Amino acid sequence: MARNGAVTWRRRTEKIDGFDLSPTDSEEVYRCVDDSHVDRKVIERLLRIPLARVTAVDSGRRALQFLGLDEEKNSNGLDGLKVDLIITDYCMPGMTGYELLKKIKESSAFREIPVVIMSSENVLARIDRCLEEGAEDFIVKPVKLSDVKRIKDYMTREFRVGEGERGGGINKRKLRDSCDLSSSPPSTLSSSPVSPASSLSSQSPSPTPSILSASAPCSPSSLDSPTRRLKMTSSE
Amino acid sequence: MDVVSQLQRQFIDYSASLHREGFVDDQFTQLQKLQDENSPDFVVEVASLFFEDCEKLINNMARALEQQQGVDFKQVDASVHQLKGSSSSIGAMRVKNVCINFRSFCEAQNREGCLRCLQQVTHEYSLLKSKLQTLFRLEQQLLAAGGSIK
Repeated sequence: MARNGAVTWRRRTEKIDGFDLSPTDSEEVYRCVDDSHVDRKVIERLLRIPLARVTAVDSGRRALQFLGLDEEKNSNGLDGLKVDLIITDYCMPGMTGYELLKKIKESSAFREIPVVIMSSENVLARIDRCLEEGAEDFIVKPVKLSDVKRIKDYMTREFRVGEGERGGGINKRKLRDSCDLSSSPPSTLSSSPVSPASSLSSQSPSPTPSILSASAPCSPSSLDSPTRRLKMTSSE
Repeated sequence: MDVVSQLQRQFIDYSASLHREGFVDDQFTQLQKLQDENSPDFVVEVASLFFEDCEKLINNMARALEQQQGVDFKQVDASVHQLKGSSSSIGAMRVKNVCINFRSFCEAQNREGCLRCLQQVTHEYSLLKSKLQTLFRLEQQLLAAGGSIK
């Protein structure tokens, strides 16, 4: 079963969509984009375990606003903002998780942040598309504790990953391939060159990551290729 | 047997019966494990959100299915999809299973089938709500007597 999920963590206290977060000094903030109240609460709780801070928002647009990538705002959003992971639902009205992923990977400031996609539907075409676009992982809901533990592993590693050639984001497969071909020692992840654009992630990692999580309800039927229909009747 | 042990036994037995009868699955157990001193009411809170969701979504489905001019099955399906997601996240297995069937009827644009599923999902939701309220009450009693659920 493929798995994805993205959560961003935030350092500062902010009141967003009714979530009043007051971090302690060492806490980081996670951002959780999920339109379902139930999911949001569960994911928030799951991610809070390692004292990480979760910011939950209910749309891709708000996630971008939070990151300062919203076109209307036209700001960089880098003043003290530190995001270690973005977790997002695939299926959202207005902007899908896939579109959010693309926007993040297009941004020089945030393209290195690992993005994880969640979906209640196990659709291979969808999973592949997200991974190709640079998603770190794909989680099929419901999100479990074991998923969360895996996500946390990404965050520790990702701090040392440099950029790919076109800077469009490295996904796990590409990274693995290049590692196999190079003559560097196995731990090539840490020896990748870090470009200026990735200065955000080269800050000394703090103990508690910040996760941004996005999700919203939407009609699933409009988003996928015809292959999705085949999956509908399979047991879930 | 002292009071605490008795209450503990009651709680455990009732919890087990919910699993056995398929009202909740392993995901619910996971949620129970997430409850701790920092989040002492976690399960109750999630359950409350879930019941709110249920009511809202069931109303949406009912309204959409009532449309005499023509049912917008995509709209019904969207609500069922959401409910399926929520029920899956909380471990409400029977509700989730009805939703799975429900979606097939939406896809087939079968109004009768949808109405039957709506009835079933309403029934399962009510049952679950009452069962969980009982569970939470037992938990309260146990905690009040000085026991713990772990």
